[in-house]
Formats: sequence, C-alpha cells, structure tokens
Amino acid sequence: MLTTRRGAAKSLLDFRDVAMTFPDGTVALTGVDLTVNRGEFVTVVGPSGCGKSTLLRIASGLETASSGTVELNTDRIGYVFQDATLLPWRSVQSNVELLAELHGTPRAQRAVKAKEAIELVGLTGFEKYLPRALSGGMRMRTSLARSLTLDPEIFLFDEPFGALDEIARERLNDELIKLFTEKQFAGLFITHSVSEAVYLSTRVVVMSGRPGNIVDTFEVPFEMPRDPEIRFTAEFAHLIGEVSHALRGGHN
Amino acid sequence: MSVQDQPNDAIGTESAALVQTRVGRPDFGRASIWGPPLAVLALVIGVWYLAALVILEPDRRFLLPAPHVVLAVFANENTRVDIWVALLNTAAVAITGLAIAIAIGVVWAIGMSQARWVERSLFPYAVILQSIPILAVVPLIGFWFGYDFAARTIVCVLIALFPMVSNTLFGLQSVDRSQRELFLLQGASRWTILTKLEFPTALPAIFAGMRISAGLSVVGAIVGDFFFQRGTPGIGSLIAKYGSRLQSPELFASVIVSALFGVVIFVFFGWLRRRAVGKWYDVS
Repeated sequence: MLTTRRGAAKSLLDFRDVAMTFPDGTVALTGVDLTVNRGEFVTVVGPSGCGKSTLLRIASGLETASSGTVELNTDRIGYVFQDATLLPWRSVQSNVELLAELHGTPRAQRAVKAKEAIELVGLTGFEKYLPRALSGGMRMRTSLARSLTLDPEIFLFDEPFGALDEIARERLNDELIKLFTEKQFAGLFITHSVSEAVYLSTRVVVMSGRPGNIVDTFEVPFEMPRDPEIRFTAEFAHLIGEVSHALRGGHN
Repeated sequence: MSVQDQPNDAIGTESAALVQTRVGRPDFGRASIWGPPLAVLALVIGVWYLAALVILEPDRRFLLPAPHVVLAVFANENTRVDIWVALLNTAAVAITGLAIAIAIGVVWAIGMSQARWVERSLFPYAVILQSIPILAVVPLIGFWFGYDFAARTIVCVLIALFPMVSNTLFGLQSVDRSQRELFLLQGASRWTILTKLEFPTALPAIFAGMRISAGLSVVGAIVGDFFFQRGTPGIGSLIAKYGSRLQSPELFASVIVSALFGVVIFVFFGWLRRRAVGKWYDVS
C-alpha cells in the first residue's frame, strides 16, 4: 500500500490550508496551499519574517502545523540549513558520512556513498580538510554532499546561499541545477533573492509579510538545465520584474 | 565544477590566510617569547634585593631573605629531599583530587544537560558548593574522614569541582540549534546526540575547565596539608612547619617550589587542550 502510494503519487509534498500560530500568539502562516510534484523545483520568496522558513520546518517535521494537513509522500528528505552546520572536528569526508552513519549504514558502504557525493559537488581532493580550512562556498558544498548521501526524493533548502557572495552564490546555483537535472529530486527552496528564485526554479511562489500566505505563483518557462546566459535576457528581466511587483504588493 | 575555478573558492582564501599569518606575526625568534617575562623576573628580583639588603637592617633580614639565600636552601641535601618528597605527596593528592573532580563534574553536567528540571534541581547546589567557605568546613572533613590522604583529597575535590561542572554544562549547551536539528531530522537518539554532537562540542570548554580546576586542586592539596598532618603530609605541612620555626629561607623556597608546580600543571593542561582540540578550535 505504502509503496504504491509512494510510487504512484505525483505530488511529493502537499500543504492544504496550513496555518501556524506559535505559542506566544504570533501568527506565522495562514491558509497556505502548496504542492511540490516530482520533477519540480519550487522556490518561495517573501519578505523576511514572513514564515517561509516555518513552511520548511513544518514540511520536515521539525514543527507541527497548528491546523491544516501536510502530506509528505517520501521518507527520503534532504534538508539544507541556512548555515552549513558542519561538525568542526570532522573532516569533509567524515562530515559527509554523518547522516549515513546516523542511519547505521556500514562503514565501507557509507565511504563509497560519501565519495560519490563529494565528487558530485566538486570537492574531490578536499576529503581530509577540516571545515575551518574551507571557504563559505565549499562548506555549503560539503553540506549539500552530506544530504546527497541520503538519495533524497525531495530537497528542502532554507536560504542556503544567503551568506555567500554573489559569485559563489551564482556558481552554486548552477551546480544545484546540474544536480537537480542529474539526480531528479524535487526541490522546495526558500530565498529572499528574486533573481535566485527565478533562475533556479520551475515555479516561483510569492508570500506576503506576516502572517505569511501565498499571494502569487509564477511558472518559469526557461528550460532545464538553465543556460547561465538567460540571466541577461529580456524575458528573464521581465519575469523578475513581475515577481518583484507581486512581492511589493504583498508588503502593503 | 571545473578544476580551474576552485582556486577562487578555497585555495585562494587559504593562501591569503597563510600570507597574513606571516605578515601579522613576524618571527623574531625566542627573544620575543621569553624576553618580556624574563624582564619582569629581573625587575622582581631587583626589587627583592633592594628590600632585603638596602631597606631591611641586617638583624631584621630574616623577614625577607635575599634571593641567593633562598636558593642556597637547595644546597642542603636534607632540606632538598624534604621539599622534594613533600612536593610529590602534594602532587599525588592534587592529581587524585583533580581526577575525581573531573569525573564527578563531567557526569554532573551531563546529567543536568539532559533535562531542564534536572538542571534546575542540581545547579543551585553546584553554586552553593562553590560558595561554602572551604576553610570553615575543613575541620568537619577531618572529623568525618580522618586526617590523612582521603581528607586532603576531598578538600581538593571540593575546591576543584565547580569549574568542571559549570564549564562542561556551558560547553554541552553551546550546541547550535540547527546542528541539533540536523541530528533530530535523522531520528538520532539522545545518546547519539550526546556522544556525537554535544560532548565533542563541549570538549574545548571541558579542557578550559580542567586547566582552572588543576590550579585549584594544587591550592586544595596545600590547604589540606595545613589541617591534616597525618599519613604523608605534603608541602603545605612543610610550609606550616618552616613558618612556625621562622625558617624563612626554607619557607620561601617551599612556596616557590609549590608555585612552580602550579605553573607546570597549568602549562601541561594548556598543552593537552591544544593537542586535543587545537586542530579544529581556536585555542587562545
């Protein structure tokens, strides 16, 4: 039963009329309907404090919604935090192995998994480095590799590149798209950067300020994998304009 | 990711850091390390001589024997052996006390880190333990535990325990929320989180606590000596004896030896901390 559901269900994540009120009375989310299907990369943009991160925390089970239903049709979830959350005493290799280790995967097997993941994010040769010797971008890659070892069907990203400089961020965006096309996971990506949202995703969801709810949705027509040059096209600029406009509307 | 674009990302930053180290800390050799403290030592010895030989009249010089008179104490073999044996006894008490304080302190803190209510129940008593005027309860410890090794060790533990408890607890609680959630998302057990996340995170703080407690346990052993003279008394008893006999050169020599012992312990734990966590933690 479970397998058929998992195999057959097109949607991986389904929010229906989800609301979140914190114990202190803060209303973080109201009436959120959101579906992430296989093959989709959905980005959520919104002003800071609008509850975008709460959305991810509910999806992953870190928080429970106050009302509404949340359906997650897989148990292979990747979660990428705002900071790389690496353990500073562990090498890149050992950090990437951590999640498999927590699941009790035998040593030899997780070493192979980690090797693959490290290669996918382009960190081969840095396995023995400690996090402190890495740049912010490389730490994020390590964090990505760590989640990749779980072969996630859906990846949840909580503003992962927010702390990086523009160049590192754009390069990681390109690599994320490459991973998305190769590994076929679905994505739910939180960001406050409109251009990042449009560039990365197949669908952009705009949230209003607190209490957060979805005010607009844009399908992104550009094909995957994205050509970095589309950033300089008129269509791209136009879509950014529309999303920004919706975002401003949500502010008022 | 191609090979060429890696340097931008990491190697560039790293070599920049190396260059900065070289510029920021020019190597003047050992002189820059040992020079300043040796200058202070010279100044202290100078003032000491001034007080002992110029300010004090000859018949009052027993109040502050000149440095060379103190050093001459070590020429006497009997005194040298007395001080050395007493120091070893003190060291045995201090090290035993420290080991017990570390074990109790770490376990106590781990217990408190497991639940808020345990912390609320037990932390006040750690604070009270630290606030007890230890000299006031030392006679009680004598009544209860006798006047030899055990009693001296207990005094050490009482004095050295608090920094271990508070440092370990602080360390265990300094785990990032997102790191904890990383483990929770994988359904990690409390034990796994403790051993793979909290305890390693706490190690720098635990080692910092050890260094403080080590110094305190030497003080504790010497205080214990003053009160408990049975068994194999240590350097504290010797200091008390020399004091009562007005043997001030011997008194000074014993005090200097115990201070040097404290320095050795302090340096040792600094070294141990760098060895244990220096690779991934900035040990100041």
